[in-house]
Amino acid sequence: MSPMYSIYKREFASYFVTPVAYVFIVIFLFLTGIFAFYIGAFFETNQADLEPFFRFHPWLYLFLIPAISMRLWSDERKSGTIELLMTLPVSITDAVIGKYLAAWSFTAVALALTFPMWITVNYLGSPDNTVILASYIGSLIMAGGFLAIGSCISALTKSQVISFVISVVICFMFILSGFPMVLDIFQSWAPQAVLDAIASFSFLTHFTSIKKGVIDIRDVIYFSALIIFWLYVNVVVIEAKKAS
Amino acid sequence: MPVTIKVKSLTKSFGPIHAVRGVSFDVNHGEVLGFLGPNGAGKSTTMKMITGFLEPTSGTVEVNGFDVRENPIAVKRSVGYLPEGAPAYGEMTVKSFLNFIADVRQLTGSSRQKRIDEVVDIINIKHVIDQSIETLSKGFKRRVGIAQAILHDPSVLILDEPTDGLDPNQKHEVRNLIKEMSEDKAIVISTHILEEVDAVCSRAIIIASGDILFDGTPAELIAKSDRSDIEHAFRVITTSSADENRETAAP
Repeated sequence: MSPMYSIYKREFASYFVTPVAYVFIVIFLFLTGIFAFYIGAFFETNQADLEPFFRFHPWLYLFLIPAISMRLWSDERKSGTIELLMTLPVSITDAVIGKYLAAWSFTAVALALTFPMWITVNYLGSPDNTVILASYIGSLIMAGGFLAIGSCISALTKSQVISFVISVVICFMFILSGFPMVLDIFQSWAPQAVLDAIASFSFLTHFTSIKKGVIDIRDVIYFSALIIFWLYVNVVVIEAKKAS
Repeated sequence: MPVTIKVKSLTKSFGPIHAVRGVSFDVNHGEVLGFLGPNGAGKSTTMKMITGFLEPTSGTVEVNGFDVRENPIAVKRSVGYLPEGAPAYGEMTVKSFLNFIADVRQLTGSSRQKRIDEVVDIINIKHVIDQSIETLSKGFKRRVGIAQAILHDPSVLILDEPTDGLDPNQKHEVRNLIKEMSEDKAIVISTHILEEVDAVCSRAIIIASGDILFDGTPAELIAKSDRSDIEHAFRVITTSSADENRETAAP
């Protein structure tokens, strides 16, 4: 068994020995339902698709993903287990990726448990199931982006609360980077090329096309690059701060 | 006796604070080295550098011929380490924790379960095996930490205060365990308890403010005191150096 897989296995199992996993999953399912039926007007739109369901995923992830990621490294640093972990024959990269994949798998489990939505829409009408599948994949990839940010931030602090708050703020900037509230900060002094670059970072823009059922290679590259970047920074941060 | 741990002019500074200043020593196979010194002397920092947790500011550490900076994974494979305070994943049971360590240490096949059972038996933690670690007493947590460190039967053992928080009987057990293991390992322990040095160590190093003040056998350490008392010897060595420092610092 590779060291990365051992770490993955331990981390994934650790969600389920405490109530964290169950509380999270229940709240996630409850909120996705509320948003889809009440705010997304799932019935009133009278269309056999899950767009009202997926539309709110970025906003749910904004708060729920940092709640998962906040303990990833903060807890290791606070309890001192990071010293144990980093003196086992495991590279930092293995540890970062193993823990990250465990958190991502956990999100995948939560997302998979929304399957009653899919059954409902198939019972009521005949939706395009490939679009739904693409949306699920897109939602999971986006969750991976949020998680990579959260994992990196949690390595910066021993406090889970600080980790949560900073992750939410950064994820919020990434969601809205194509919108005036973020762009206005740069408008007055940054050149247009920089503005365009920042605008292209928006999770919402990239998710919009995916949730229509179009998995564009550019969106996949965007999220992959984002995940790799944040995990790389995560490794660097741990290297520098593991002992402090 | 082959040299197993080679520490050469090891230095560590945290900003302006020099935690360890140019420490050099060797540990041979079959030796138990006792690391003594006042709090904040640099004992733990030195151990953290040997195990590859901390990067030295300068100097080198070699374990079984591998440089800890160039080949950290090889060093970590042959070292068993009990960090200060015996950190462990509190929500895990003792059993799942030891299984995790066995996974990471890549113990496989039939020898794996046998070794886990053996260690559980040696360390005497059988009756808490299904308890989560956070519910254990300090003494048991420490024992789980030792179990984790010796699980892969490493040739080098680094134990940071292995008997801290144990009751006298448990201390006695752990000391016997260290003595038993010492034949085919190189062991470094740090401790505050001076009688321990006499009981288990074949060599003692006294370190204070990052410098080595004494390096010799426990008998030689006792000989430093005109009262043949190890505690007195320790005080003589550690306080006289403090006096010297004061003299040199004075104008």
